[in-house]
Amino acid sequence: MPHRLLKFGFSDHHPEPRMFREVSQLKPEYDAVIIGGGGHGLAAAYYLGKDHGISNVAVLEQGYLGGGGTGRNTAIVRSNYLTPEGARFYQASVELFQDLSRELDYNLFYSERGHFTLAHSPASLRTQRWRAEVNQHLGIDSQVVYPDFIQSQIPQIDLTCGGHQPPIHGALFHPPGAIARHDAVAWAYARGADRYGAEIHQQTAVTDIEVRDGAVIGVHTDRGYIKTRKVLSAVAGWTTHITKMVGLTTPLVIYPLQAMVTEPLKPWLNHIVVSASLHVYVSQSSRGELVAGASLDPYELISSRSTLDFAESMSGHLIDLFPCLPQVNVLRQWAGMCDMTPDFSPIMGLTPISGFYLDSGWGTWGFKATPISGKTMAFTLANNRDHDLIKAFNLSRFERCELVGEKGAASVGH
Amino acid sequence: MKILNCPLNGPRPIQEFHYGGEFHPPLDPAELNDADWGQEVHHRHGEPGVKREWWYHTASGTWFIAERDNLKDHVIQTYLYTPECGND
Repeated sequence: MPHRLLKFGFSDHHPEPRMFREVSQLKPEYDAVIIGGGGHGLAAAYYLGKDHGISNVAVLEQGYLGGGGTGRNTAIVRSNYLTPEGARFYQASVELFQDLSRELDYNLFYSERGHFTLAHSPASLRTQRWRAEVNQHLGIDSQVVYPDFIQSQIPQIDLTCGGHQPPIHGALFHPPGAIARHDAVAWAYARGADRYGAEIHQQTAVTDIEVRDGAVIGVHTDRGYIKTRKVLSAVAGWTTHITKMVGLTTPLVIYPLQAMVTEPLKPWLNHIVVSASLHVYVSQSSRGELVAGASLDPYELISSRSTLDFAESMSGHLIDLFPCLPQVNVLRQWAGMCDMTPDFSPIMGLTPISGFYLDSGWGTWGFKATPISGKTMAFTLANNRDHDLIKAFNLSRFERCELVGEKGAASVGH
Repeated sequence: MKILNCPLNGPRPIQEFHYGGEFHPPLDPAELNDADWGQEVHHRHGEPGVKREWWYHTASGTWFIAERDNLKDHVIQTYLYTPECGND
C-alpha cells in the first residue's frame, strides 16, 4: 500500500482506471431504462446483467451518482424489523451486504457494530420485545437487553439522560447491525453494472415517459428520445414527479430528513445507538466522525434544505445521551428527501401500467435495502412478475387495504 | 424562524402549528367501489406544486387551510374553512 501511494503521489496523471465507461451518446433503444443512479438503480442494473443476462440497459441520473438518498443517509444496515414481510426482506439484504465487498471486489468498509434501539418507557420496551420475538422466529439475531448490559457495552451513555428525558428501561440489541461506506456502494455497483454492459448516463434528466395503450413505449430525456418497453423508477424524492408522467397516483408524499456529522474523534463509540423517543440515531464512522440523524421534518416539503431548529434539538438530545459531547463541534448538516408511505413499507414491483416498475417509498429505510431491492427488482423486470420477497409491497395493497404496518422503521413516529 | 399566518391570531412562529395533511373534500363511501375507496383513503397528491393543506394552531385550537408551494416552502395564503372550500 505505501508503495502504491508513493507511486500515486508522483504520477502526473491519475493512475487509477475509471470506475465505469463514459458513454457520450444515448442509444436509440434499450431493453430496459432505469431512472435514478443511486444505489438501488445501479444495483438493479448490476443484477439484470449478472442474474438475467440483460445487458442493453441504461441508467439515467439527472445529477451525479449516489447524490440523492444514497449519499445522504446515515449508512446503517440492519434487519430487526417488526413485520414478517419486512424482517425477511431486510434479512436477505443484510446477508447480501455481508458478502458484498468480496462480490464487487471493492472495499465497502462494511463494519458490524451491534445496534441498540433504546426504550425509554415500559410501552416501548414491550414493542422491542415484540420485535425480538418476530426476529428470533425468522432466525434474526435480536434480543431484549437491560440497563446493566447497555452500560457495560457503552460506558459513556447516561441511562438517566441527565434527568431531561425519560430514563432508559432497556433496548433491542441486534448484533449484526452494521454501517457501510454508502458512496462506495453506489460506485461499486456502477462498476459491476458497467462490466455487465449497462450504460450509465449522468447529467441526464427524464422529462417525460411515453405510454401508449397502457404500456410504456419510450422515455424523453433532455438529451433526446429513447425507445424502451421497460422503465424502472428508482428515484427518491422525485417519485411523485415520475409517476405523474405516466398518470399514476400513489400514497407517496415527500418529507425531508436531516442529519449531521461532528468533527472526527478518536474511536470511542463501537455501537450504533438509536433512540426513537429522543429522535436520535448515532454511530461513529471509520473516519471518527459521529454521524447522527433525526426524525422527519414536521411537514411535507420537496427540498433538501436543513434548519437550525434541527441542529439545536438534535445536539441537545445527543448530549442527553452522551454527556461527554458538549465541546464537540458539528462539521456539517444536510437533508435528504424521503418518499413516505402510510405504512412505512416500500412500494415495489409491477404497476397498472405495463412495463413501468416502481422501486419507491424508501422513506427513511432505503440504504439498508440496496442489494436486495436491486436483486428483486431485476428479477421483476426480467420476468414481468413480482419477486416473492416483494409481493407484499406492491402498489395495489392500498386499494385492497392490505397495508404492511412497519413499526420497526427508523426516525418516524408511530 | 419561520412564521405562519394564523387566520385568527396573525403571524406566529411555525413551532406553534401542527401540519394536518392535504385538504381534499371527502367522497361518499357508499358511491365508491372498494378499489376507489382504497385510493380515496390512501392516495395523495405528492407531486411538486401548490397544494391546499390543513394546519392547526395549537395554542388557540384553530384548524385552518393554507395554500402552500411544497417545492419552495412558500405559503401563498391562509384562511378558515368554509363549506365553499369543498368546491374545487
